[in-house]
Amino acid sequence: MKHLSEYRDAETARRLAAEIRRSATRPWAIMEVCGGQTHSIIRNGIDQLLPPEVELIHGPGCPVCVTPLEVIDRALAIAARPGLIFCSFGDMLRVPGSRENLLAVKGRGGDIRVVYSPLDALKLAREHPDREVVFLAIGFETTAPANAMAVKLARDQGLANFSMLVSQMLVPPAIEAILRSPGCRVNAFLAAGHVCSVMGTWQYPALAERFGVPIVVTGFEPLDLLAGILAAVTQLESGRHELENAYPRVVTERGNEPAQAVIAEVFAPADRVWRGIGPIPVSGWRLAESYREFDAELRFGVGDLTAVESSLCRSGEVLRGSLKPDECPAFGRECTPRTPLGATMVSGEGACAAYYNYGKARSPGGEGSESR
Amino acid sequence: MCLAVPGQVESIHAERGTRMGRVNFGGVVKEVCLAYVPEIAVGDYTIVHVGFAISRIDEASALATLQTFEELGLLDEGLAELSGDEPAAAP
Amino acid sequence: MSGPDEIDFAGYSCPAPLRDSSQVILGHGGGGALSRELIETIFLPAFANPQLDRLGDSAVLDGQGCDVAAALAGGGRLAISTDSYVVRPLFFPGGSIGDLAVNGTVNDLATSGARPLALTAGFIIEEGFAIARLADVVDAMARAARVAGVPIVTGDTKVVERGHGDGVYINTAGIGVVPAGIAVGAEPIRPGDVVLLSGTIGDHGMAIMSVREGLAFESEIRSDTAPLHGLVAAMLAVCPAIRMLRDPTRGGVATSLNEIAAAAGLGVEIEERSIPVAGQVAAACEILGLDPLLVANEGRLLAIVPEESAAAVLAAMRSHEHGLAAVTLGRIVAEHPGMVVMRTAIGASRVVPMPIGELLPRIC
Repeated sequence: MKHLSEYRDAETARRLAAEIRRSATRPWAIMEVCGGQTHSIIRNGIDQLLPPEVELIHGPGCPVCVTPLEVIDRALAIAARPGLIFCSFGDMLRVPGSRENLLAVKGRGGDIRVVYSPLDALKLAREHPDREVVFLAIGFETTAPANAMAVKLARDQGLANFSMLVSQMLVPPAIEAILRSPGCRVNAFLAAGHVCSVMGTWQYPALAERFGVPIVVTGFEPLDLLAGILAAVTQLESGRHELENAYPRVVTERGNEPAQAVIAEVFAPADRVWRGIGPIPVSGWRLAESYREFDAELRFGVGDLTAVESSLCRSGEVLRGSLKPDECPAFGRECTPRTPLGATMVSGEGACAAYYNYGKARSPGGEGSESR
Repeated sequence: MCLAVPGQVESIHAERGTRMGRVNFGGVVKEVCLAYVPEIAVGDYTIVHVGFAISRIDEASALATLQTFEELGLLDEGLAELSGDEPAAAP
Repeated sequence: MSGPDEIDFAGYSCPAPLRDSSQVILGHGGGGALSRELIETIFLPAFANPQLDRLGDSAVLDGQGCDVAAALAGGGRLAISTDSYVVRPLFFPGGSIGDLAVNGTVNDLATSGARPLALTAGFIIEEGFAIARLADVVDAMARAARVAGVPIVTGDTKVVERGHGDGVYINTAGIGVVPAGIAVGAEPIRPGDVVLLSGTIGDHGMAIMSVREGLAFESEIRSDTAPLHGLVAAMLAVCPAIRMLRDPTRGGVATSLNEIAAAAGLGVEIEERSIPVAGQVAAACEILGLDPLLVANEGRLLAIVPEESAAAVLAAMRSHEHGLAAVTLGRIVAEHPGMVVMRTAIGASRVVPMPIGELLPRIC
């Protein structure tokens, strides 16, 4: 596929990795923020090509991992209502709430449909005017334009039976929270390329400056990630800490302004609780006042539902990089991909799930991969 | 939140007042909302996330990036040979 | 139900009522005249073979087109298999539930080295299901049976109340004979054995996705459903003691490889660069965030063969219509027992785990 396959070339990947090996003279810890980056790193084994000096820490960039527990519980309460059609991206179906997940509700008769796009949920609302259709609008800035457009079109087309349960999260406040947390080991960040294609890069130079960390915007293919890691290491080695765009074919400084305009119209800033991290002020979006009639939380009266995290789960420390998954007492025992306690074990690219599935190949008894 | 795939715009039309297009991803065609890329033309490449085009792909920039990769490796392999220091063999 | 679908059994004397009813009703599963009529109008003409035409409660396999005794005489062994088919939608690009119902059970027999001899077919139909649709399913099934060369010799029909079935479910059981001298699985798998794959992966699962509500897309992807007993026979002809054969269906190649690793108590290593994926299947997987290794197939084989026979078996596969794109996928190793490890295109490695539950698209 054009604009995809070229960035997977094995020979070039090896050369970039060799260059990183040549450049790193001291230990550096680099955090990638986006779940898509984590997925690519694990799936391709990119971290295995890096020298021991360069450590990758998987950050909280996956909506599956960080969507607050109460949002899941509210989704479950709404989805269980008879006659209602509940639409969601596939990622969210297995995420556990306080007691169960959407798949369990589906098993009991809930009409839960996986969709590729929020526009598919809108289509269902048009086709079933006599039924309530609710869309679980989770995501980071990359998904916000799509979610915003869906509810804007719902209003334009008078689809009164459509509503959204919104849990939009923002990346820059999360990066700042991580940088402020005690014991933060992160020396540089790989910023999320597709988040930046929407929002631009203008929010990051101030962060890089204030905290003295290089921030490199990267794409998701092996060559994009390796080039981004190389850029971060090069900055670290030379004592620089700047915002650098290593994904210029898609990311610009201003970002996508039509998308930002619709986001500004439909959403308003909100405080959000990040599963595993805790509350971060002004770290997300909710529906703006003028769109409140489409807010599923209000329509179905689930706004008061609160939730309690498992006391065993330490995904917060994992997300901050201060605990390795296999150092958690519940890892592999009470907590497995089949019976996940928290966010980082649910998602395939959550650090704990990655360790569980992949780490076995690295353990002393097993071979078949280069150990770090 | 980040899975966005590159595709080529085959045609553009309006649906209920919204700019839509047929985008070809390696032979697979999907209807995509083009409202956020008003500058896009048929034949352009764009990256698509959950049914929405969120950015046009700048071909010149892409070529420049790939060129940088090419030059980077070759240069250093040349240097390595000169100093007798070979890059580590791939695993 | 009232109106034209109410049948007066006592006054029944001609087939007209069936043609008046365009939908399957409970009476069609009752075993009486309506059932008989459904069989004679829909099933018999489609499946047409001497055993079935006798319409006994069971089929005696005594030589008319299906001579089990002769097959067993030379030292052959009986094999039997069953499977149920619940796919939605019933018709998809490249096939239908009818094709799966025939090929799936034929392939289960084939992977134990058996030559399939006969099939049974049990139908569970939802009340209200259109008879014309049922005829389409049955015709597709009959066609698949003819292509496979395996007759459907007996069957059953039941009708369940509206809302309790999903159109139609099919169960097929198959009988086959493993010829004398063929001994798939007689020798245990050992390190050094080669893993062969008969063709591209993910075609069936993505063909289904392409017509699934909420995820649909336009493509030329077609299900790979096919009967593989001919391919297996060609492979066994050059290597009678193939260690293991598997047809990777739900859960994809990843599931089958993990099952093989677990059964053998050994490790499996595969090369990412060797995995054959058709261009549009790969593109569709990119869009939905799916790994082709986890996507279902319906006409593919995995074979574990001794190293010294690998080249010959691969050549035999590539000479057969259902093995044209066969490749060497990897090998069995002593390391990481029970685990499947893939060497990625950039030279690193990662574990290929068993998928947990249903395959779900992702956005993240």
